[in-house]
Amino acid sequence: MEPELRSFLAENFLLGEEFRGLPGSASLIEAGIIDSTGVLELVGFLEETYDIEITDSELVPENLDSIDKVVLFVGAKRNSGRTT
Amino acid sequence: MSAVAPGPAEPLTLAALDIDCELVSAQIVDALRRIVSQELRRRGAVVALSGGIDSSVTAALCVRAFGSAHSLALLMPEADSDEKTLHISRTVAETLGIEALHQDITPILDATGCYVRRNEAVRELIPDLTDEWKWKIVLPSVVGTDSYRLYALVAQSPDGRTVEVRLPAKNYLTIVAATNFKQRVRKMLEYYHADRLNYAVVGTPNRVEYDQGFFVKAGDGAADVKPIAHLYKTQVYRLAEHLGLPGAVLDLQPTTDTYSLPQSQEEFYFSLPHQQLDLCLYAHNHSLPAEAVAPAVGLSVEDVSRVFRDIEQKRRATRYLHLPPLLVEPVPELEGSGRAERN
Repeated sequence: MEPELRSFLAENFLLGEEFRGLPGSASLIEAGIIDSTGVLELVGFLEETYDIEITDSELVPENLDSIDKVVLFVGAKRNSGRTT
Repeated sequence: MSAVAPGPAEPLTLAALDIDCELVSAQIVDALRRIVSQELRRRGAVVALSGGIDSSVTAALCVRAFGSAHSLALLMPEADSDEKTLHISRTVAETLGIEALHQDITPILDATGCYVRRNEAVRELIPDLTDEWKWKIVLPSVVGTDSYRLYALVAQSPDGRTVEVRLPAKNYLTIVAATNFKQRVRKMLEYYHADRLNYAVVGTPNRVEYDQGFFVKAGDGAADVKPIAHLYKTQVYRLAEHLGLPGAVLDLQPTTDTYSLPQSQEEFYFSLPHQQLDLCLYAHNHSLPAEAVAPAVGLSVEDVSRVFRDIEQKRRATRYLHLPPLLVEPVPELEGSGRAERN
């Protein structure tokens, strides 16, 4: 799902060429890629695209603040069978 | 204008926000006179009174600067305004001895589709919501958690049932965009009266609001001069007392007066009571460590660190609100053009 996620971020947040080189481990907030509204949009994208429901307790940087973390988190959610 | 910052080892106290009210008032009044008459070439001030402390203090300072004959108050409630708003605003205007023009802006907002657009976005989430329901949007507290804080819609049915749902980005942005009509309509009317009288529009943000981007661009963020934007809210309250404003203003808790359910500024945006936020912002601005401010605000060091991070995050997120229209190339013949100045 990483290419799909990168594509969403690039298109939704109008990111330029430099985004291509962003390491998967980089903080999306610290890199200035997303802000609080961006988190809202990212959560909506993940829920809709991957048919998962993200609970309030899961809205933490450990799950959502880098491409690597998002990939791991969504993968775990889908594997756990807690899809809607 | 505030006391000297304590050293890093000294614990912070509210005394850090002490001001000499007479001196601060005199400085603002002098600055207002100079800015309005010499830089703006205007002859007086228009101030929108919201019933809150900031606009009341601003109006009082304008009266000191320009006299009651050259200060105009505008009272512009709408369908969701608290009934107290108009009463308190009138009391302030009477206390200051200034003319107060009242215009209910509900018909204008109806014409823009403010309520219809906003309510449609709400009903997508709560389909059985009717006009009799009351609702607001809220932000979870910054204290005690590192979770991302996402806005939720809280609605109350006529029989007292409460529904809370997380706001998807599309609905959140639509609700805010529609609600922003309120601040923009008010500003349009402020400039109408300023234009016809050759007055300046005087903005009313305090330091926390200005710093943290708690305003609508081209709405309450627009003004010719913002005389209390350097003062912490605690200091604005002290000035209010000094300027002799009515008790009804001094006793009021800061609200947004924007949604049908009562909504504090704390739950909509700031996440902390203003006294705590003032001290945290002061400490952060003076590079004081979280350890120095934690005892004064009754928070853990970890929570103060969270507040510091939230202050920075809001500055980043709202930088755009402060920017003037940006030019691709400067127009050097006009002073300041093309520079990314804060407005």
